[in-house]
Amino acid sequence: MARYNRRRVLQTGAAFLGASAIGFPAIVSGQTGKIKIGHLTPLTGFLGALGAYAQLGLRMAEEEINKAGGIMGRQIEISSEDSVNPATAATKAQRMLEQDGAAILMGEINSASALTIMQVAARNKRFYLQIGARSDALRGKNCNRYTFHVDIPSHVMVYAVGKALVRDNLMKDKKFFTLTADYIFGHDLAAAAKTFFSENGGKLIGDELVATDVTEFSPYLLKIRQAKPDVVCSNLAGNQVTNLIKQYAEFGLPYPIVGFNLNTADAWATGDGNLSGTWPTVWHHDLDVPSSKTFVANFVKKYGKPPENHAWIEYISLKIVAQAMTETRSTETEQLIAYFEKEPQFDILKARKGYFRKWDHQLMQEAYPFTVKPKGKARDQWDMLELGKAVPGANESLEVLSVAKEQNSCVM
Amino acid sequence: MQFTFLLEQVVNGLVLGGYYLLIALGLSLIFSVGGVVNLAHGAFYALGAYISISIAKYLGFGPSVVLSPIAVALLGILFERFLLRRFYAADPILSLLVTFGLAMIAEQIIRIIWGAAPLSVNIPAEFKGSVFIGDFLFSRYRLLLLAVVVAVLTAIWLLLNKASFGRVVRAGIQRPDMVAALGIQLQPYMTAIVMLGVGMAALGGALFAPITIVHPAMGAEVITVAFVVVVIGGLGSFWGVVMSALLVGVVRGITIHFIPAAGEASMYLLMFLVLIFRPRGLLGERIEKFET
Repeated sequence: MARYNRRRVLQTGAAFLGASAIGFPAIVSGQTGKIKIGHLTPLTGFLGALGAYAQLGLRMAEEEINKAGGIMGRQIEISSEDSVNPATAATKAQRMLEQDGAAILMGEINSASALTIMQVAARNKRFYLQIGARSDALRGKNCNRYTFHVDIPSHVMVYAVGKALVRDNLMKDKKFFTLTADYIFGHDLAAAAKTFFSENGGKLIGDELVATDVTEFSPYLLKIRQAKPDVVCSNLAGNQVTNLIKQYAEFGLPYPIVGFNLNTADAWATGDGNLSGTWPTVWHHDLDVPSSKTFVANFVKKYGKPPENHAWIEYISLKIVAQAMTETRSTETEQLIAYFEKEPQFDILKARKGYFRKWDHQLMQEAYPFTVKPKGKARDQWDMLELGKAVPGANESLEVLSVAKEQNSCVM
Repeated sequence: MQFTFLLEQVVNGLVLGGYYLLIALGLSLIFSVGGVVNLAHGAFYALGAYISISIAKYLGFGPSVVLSPIAVALLGILFERFLLRRFYAADPILSLLVTFGLAMIAEQIIRIIWGAAPLSVNIPAEFKGSVFIGDFLFSRYRLLLLAVVVAVLTAIWLLLNKASFGRVVRAGIQRPDMVAALGIQLQPYMTAIVMLGVGMAALGGALFAPITIVHPAMGAEVITVAFVVVVIGGLGSFWGVVMSALLVGVVRGITIHFIPAAGEASMYLLMFLVLIFRPRGLLGERIEKFET
């Protein structure tokens, strides 16, 4: 046995664990003539499962576009990497623009990383399609003219579920206990929820912040039991929600549980019979729209499983970019911005088309509340959710759920 | 009432500490005997969870919790024989690099075999829900978990303190040269310790799979906590690790009771304080080979 110092072994061990948080280099490739796109999404950490689906959808769209002859006869080439954390995301975004020759940036699910990439886009005056991050602040006080947002913002998710709770008599005079993810997205969701509660007679009796790396919820469940709420409400994100749901079912607390954010992959991972309540989604694979059904069938054929909402959103996002580049015959940022700000319509595989609102660059589209299918009603392991009616309703403007210009602090 | 609530968190923290213990004890044993900080320990925890899910599909929950740690312990033989063994006498930076690399490789292999999307397995129906014991609320499943931990712990303690196996291992921790001089080869004991260590981590994974999300990076989540527990507890001390695991569980529970947002930070603060006042850890023994 060698003689070495215990302290040194422990120090080096700690340094390694620290280093593992920083992340690893990724594959970069370069070729002329192709349209290069830099794409970032979390592949590790609490949103990693969602990022994996995001890449599947993106790759499928890339293949389809390239098979059909590319954009203006040029093939597209996407380099997609793990964004790891906000600081690394910004470094990678800068490198993609500066060294890899990316024409534009796309991607993200983590709101904190999206924020730093938005700053890189603004500094470099380059177009960024922010796909999957939902924090209100990104299209509110932190908005910038180089960034467009595809996914529904947090206040729309709160509204979609909140309205369903009002309808089911689970709002007025009810005591709510919320658990909130301790980062920009969770904070935004909690703020939107508070507003909705106070406008609709709900009472917030407890709100606890939960760090994003929490996987074990028993101390929080004890606090919930001690507070005796009428409804438990989750403002969590990524696999936090899955862990909460599994452990909530484990403890078997009697209060109904609902939430303002749940991605399908995280719902699938909760297992059989653990999930209940009402939740929001931006898209679901059994949506009854022909174009959506075709997409789902192709996806299942290619990957052997149905697409998650992040696969869908990446797919339509690249199609949107392709349409914009084809129609403007350009990959230039200013031309793309001008094009999107004319509010052209895009087929997003839903009953109604979507468009980016000119003044906050947010895609206007339908959202859906969902509940859970009763036991025994599911056709397969993917078929556990019961999609509610689209909001806004068919006869309403797509903008009724979104904050009006006067209430939004976005200044381009 | 406030006091009862707090006490409830303390009791719950003790139960949670039992789970930390399953993972940390193996890490501590491997370090104490071999001098290697096994950064791939989390990977064995993840493998335990994944293999148990695969087995549970065919044989159900009970057999999966027994067979998965055995399968992982067998993998542990290969790990010790072909990898770890080369590094006992080497510069510790090398074993750190190797096990760190192995952790990444294992995570990718899990992705290739089981996919990136998380998997799920259910708690057996009879263990769902909670029971009241006095004023305290317990999840039935966690009581089962606690019983398993106590049983495993007792077995390991007996093995280390009442069997000849343990005498050699304990002597090997303190004076490997003397053990060698007595004509006892330490290597088979080391293989057994690694099997035991990674098997316990796998048992932790298999037991926790029904109540946590099972995904490729789950090993990375747990290794940091296990490392903190080992550092607080002190090297070479069975009871140090036990105390430390329970303490981390309790401190986390109490912190979440008062300042929920600081729950995860509390264990690092605890480590910080312990290292300032007792650099060797709570019950860490003075081990000659680690002193220079």
